[in-house]
Amino acid sequence: MANGKSILVDTSKCTACRGCQVACKQWNGLPGTKTKQVGTYQNPQDVSAQTWKLVHFSEGVKENGKPYWYFFSEQCRHCLEPPCMDTIDGYVDGGAVRDKETGAVLYTGKSKEAPFEDVRNSCPYNIPRQDQKTKVLAKCTMCLDRITNDRIPACVLSCPTGAMAFGDRDAILDMAKKRVEELKKAYPKAVALDADQVRVIYIVVDDATKYYKFAAA
Amino acid sequence: MTNHYIDIKNADVILIMGSNAAEMHPISFKWVLRAREQRGAKIIHVDPRFTRTSALADHYIALRSGTDIAFLGGMIKYILDNKKYFEEYVRDYTNASFIIDDKFSFNDGLFSGYDAAARKYDKSTWAIKLDAKGIPEKDPTFQNPRCVLQTLKAHYSRYDLEKVSSITGTPVEDLKTVYELYASTGVRDRAGTELYALGWTQHTVGVQNIRAMSIIQLLLGNMGIAGGGINALRGEPNVQGSTDHAILSHILPGYLKAPVASQTTLEEYLKKNTPKTNEPQSANWYQNYPKYMVSLLKAWYGDKATKENDFGYANVPKLDDGQDCTVLNMIDKMYEGKIKGFTCIGQDPAVSLPNANKVRQAFANLDWMVHVNIFDNETASFWKGPGMDPKKVKTEVFLIPAAASMEKAGSMSNSGRMLQWKYVAEKPPGDALSVGDIVYRLVNKLKGLYTKQKGAFPDPIVNLVWNYADAEGNYDALATSKAVNGYFLEDVTIGDKTYKKGQCVPGFANLQADGKTSSGNWIYCGAFAADGTNLMARRKKDDPTGLGLYPEWGWAWPVNRRILYNRASVDKNGQPFDASRAVLKWVDGKWVGDVPDGPWPPLSDKEKGKLPFIMKPDGVGALFGPGLAEGPFPEHYEPLEGPLSKNLLSSQLNNPAIKIFAKECDLYSGCDPRYPFVCTTYSCTEHWCTGAETRWMAWLTEAQPQAYVEISRELAELRGIKNGEKVRVESPRGKVECVAMVTTRFRPFQVGDQTIHQVGMTFNYGWLFPKDCGDTANLLTPTVGDANTMTPEYKAFMVNVTKV
Repeated sequence: MANGKSILVDTSKCTACRGCQVACKQWNGLPGTKTKQVGTYQNPQDVSAQTWKLVHFSEGVKENGKPYWYFFSEQCRHCLEPPCMDTIDGYVDGGAVRDKETGAVLYTGKSKEAPFEDVRNSCPYNIPRQDQKTKVLAKCTMCLDRITNDRIPACVLSCPTGAMAFGDRDAILDMAKKRVEELKKAYPKAVALDADQVRVIYIVVDDATKYYKFAAA
Repeated sequence: MTNHYIDIKNADVILIMGSNAAEMHPISFKWVLRAREQRGAKIIHVDPRFTRTSALADHYIALRSGTDIAFLGGMIKYILDNKKYFEEYVRDYTNASFIIDDKFSFNDGLFSGYDAAARKYDKSTWAIKLDAKGIPEKDPTFQNPRCVLQTLKAHYSRYDLEKVSSITGTPVEDLKTVYELYASTGVRDRAGTELYALGWTQHTVGVQNIRAMSIIQLLLGNMGIAGGGINALRGEPNVQGSTDHAILSHILPGYLKAPVASQTTLEEYLKKNTPKTNEPQSANWYQNYPKYMVSLLKAWYGDKATKENDFGYANVPKLDDGQDCTVLNMIDKMYEGKIKGFTCIGQDPAVSLPNANKVRQAFANLDWMVHVNIFDNETASFWKGPGMDPKKVKTEVFLIPAAASMEKAGSMSNSGRMLQWKYVAEKPPGDALSVGDIVYRLVNKLKGLYTKQKGAFPDPIVNLVWNYADAEGNYDALATSKAVNGYFLEDVTIGDKTYKKGQCVPGFANLQADGKTSSGNWIYCGAFAADGTNLMARRKKDDPTGLGLYPEWGWAWPVNRRILYNRASVDKNGQPFDASRAVLKWVDGKWVGDVPDGPWPPLSDKEKGKLPFIMKPDGVGALFGPGLAEGPFPEHYEPLEGPLSKNLLSSQLNNPAIKIFAKECDLYSGCDPRYPFVCTTYSCTEHWCTGAETRWMAWLTEAQPQAYVEISRELAELRGIKNGEKVRVESPRGKVECVAMVTTRFRPFQVGDQTIHQVGMTFNYGWLFPKDCGDTANLLTPTVGDANTMTPEYKAFMVNVTKV
């Protein structure tokens, strides 16, 4: 395998329009679930077998007294060495597969035979979810069906500001490096999270935990 | 927009005020962020609430709803006191040097000529002094204390930092940050743009909010340049098109004035609306008004419009003199039972109009309502809504299924005045028809009935040209668009060119006042080439200036000009003030760049050169603007419903020129302890306006399922409200139950020695669907509008919030 593919999510350009959250559902045929307003813009509250891409909203007050509102459009990181795959492999062969060309990590129908809690706990990003009826595990597929047909992932396509980019991993890593250098001038804490270990790389400009508990490993 | 979306990338400072651009116009932020990435542009967001726009801004600045003029007036003072204005531009391209009439005055919140009983001004003293030749008297040295610049300075001398801060609740340091940063664009090589939307228009002082910013942009030389301008981000994808085509009651297509009853002949109408000037170098473009009006009448009445019959002018409906037919008055008359029938197309006024209880009651007084929409909504189903007894509602409602936008071909006009042709993606389902088809069939039916049965005055219907059908007899968007563009009705020779009868008119400069041309909308004339090529369908990506004008992508009105007033981007010799951002340049006796604002040579040519602001009779930008209802300079007044009992700048609490609605249902409170909190309303990214279209979409209701009110942590503590709890929001006109969203993004304002809390709600919800989503914030909003436009004051009023 060459270096495969990667997605860059530059949160400094994300307006949390949630186009990506909806585009993911549209392309993957996932239903809108019944939700309630619980006192936040974030909805649904968590990723699920029906929601593979979710924009997290985190607000607070900065040291200078001004408010902040950070947006983190969560999805599977498609780890280079995915611990969920190791866990599933420990119980069932072929419950998770990694595409050789792109590096995308996918769960198969056989994943229902792996104990869900073990798989979930093995993921540093708290991504795997289980379909309540079929017991099959579910998460983002990197739109493998699109990217192996000369199309970019649905979420990346939907982004109006260019906060997301998709391409060859080397090019994306290069892009991330340059962007972080640029951002560091104004935001010394700017960093590409876990860039060496994951294919979906998030750039943040403040402490990762301020965005979302599981933003970084 | 005077400029256009892509042009935002050319700005050095982007002031977003009166707009939540990131949430309401997501694509605008592509260019806002590109300006920051590529030019190091600074982004300022001024808003009562910290939003998704604020989250990405370099500076978030809070102000209390309804105090924008105080904020901007302070900036005008800062620019003048510190000489930050672009002197050459201000002297030559604005009326700063003009001398104001001796009788004009301003005293304690009122301009000269106020009639308190009529709540109206006699504007005769709001005038510029003319010399013996009828040309404005000027003092280019600005020494004369009665010149516009000095009068402007005197007017805003009261708007010092402390005073402004005590009104707006914005800390003095924050005011200074914005004033210094924005005023830094008052030089040749820096550009500042302003993005606004309904956050400015939906106030009793809406138009004056925008006027105040126009003054700033003129002072800083930011009008007409790349990366500058004053840019209204229009809400609905084609709302620019709908206003261009006269969806409002005071205009005809192309913003020609709606005739009034006393203008009984075409001559009287044209005399009233065609401005004159004695300024030798003013183009006074509106001297061409008769050409546009006659061509419009020819488009409407064809061969039946002749010179002898005033081109059918008598057929055009007239407003009574002084009559205002805008929506608040329309609902008021409906409420009184004076309007019997109502045709509502593509709207949900039971959710979108202020004082929704009054609106819904008004519908019950109708005999009939025809509602054309893609879904049922709270308007079509008002008779079974909350508080209605269907047995007692006499209104007969017809709901007609319409085609959605992607099921129709036609032009779409975006905020940047660009028209793009679109094609049918999918046929409409079932019996649904495009609105074009519905209107086409309706008028054909009317023509048949009037032809057969005559009636009192059949001419306007019977004589109407109505030939916009395709071979199958269905409405044809292309044929309609060509009629809008206009045709040569005879062979016409203009200069050295001869156009044949039947050719499209390639631009409004070719329109005629003698009936030899037609045009259904003069500003759209030129969207087709003479040979009938549809320029709106162009998709070429060439960008010769490098400024993102893309002149062969679609077509922009007027005459494919991408930046309005672009003659103001160059000096008297036609050389750009900023060579790195050259919109226009005079090279070897020719203009290079954007389509110039008129063909004439630069101003230094005393014979043929013209002043840059060609739509103004004097040819210059109006710092002193005598046309509006409440004064030639914007003055701060509190909203009709506000938290203060006194205006800190004058004895005039509210805008003295607004209409006060006085029915019992129009109740409003002033400084009433029962309604202690300022409330504002808005939309969210996930829903479209009333939600009448988006609430049926499961992915969107999943993301924003139910009505909410955003409140500060301080207010929540005061009222014992926890995040996510159900609360009641109440105004003198109604109450709504919704979920409390307790947030750090709203903060109390320190206004003088008062702590003022502000809350905010979306108007995206209605009782019809989903059943548990809540109802509209417009049950709370007041029946009051801007003094010029009657745009309702949705953005500032008073409420109480209590735990349920």
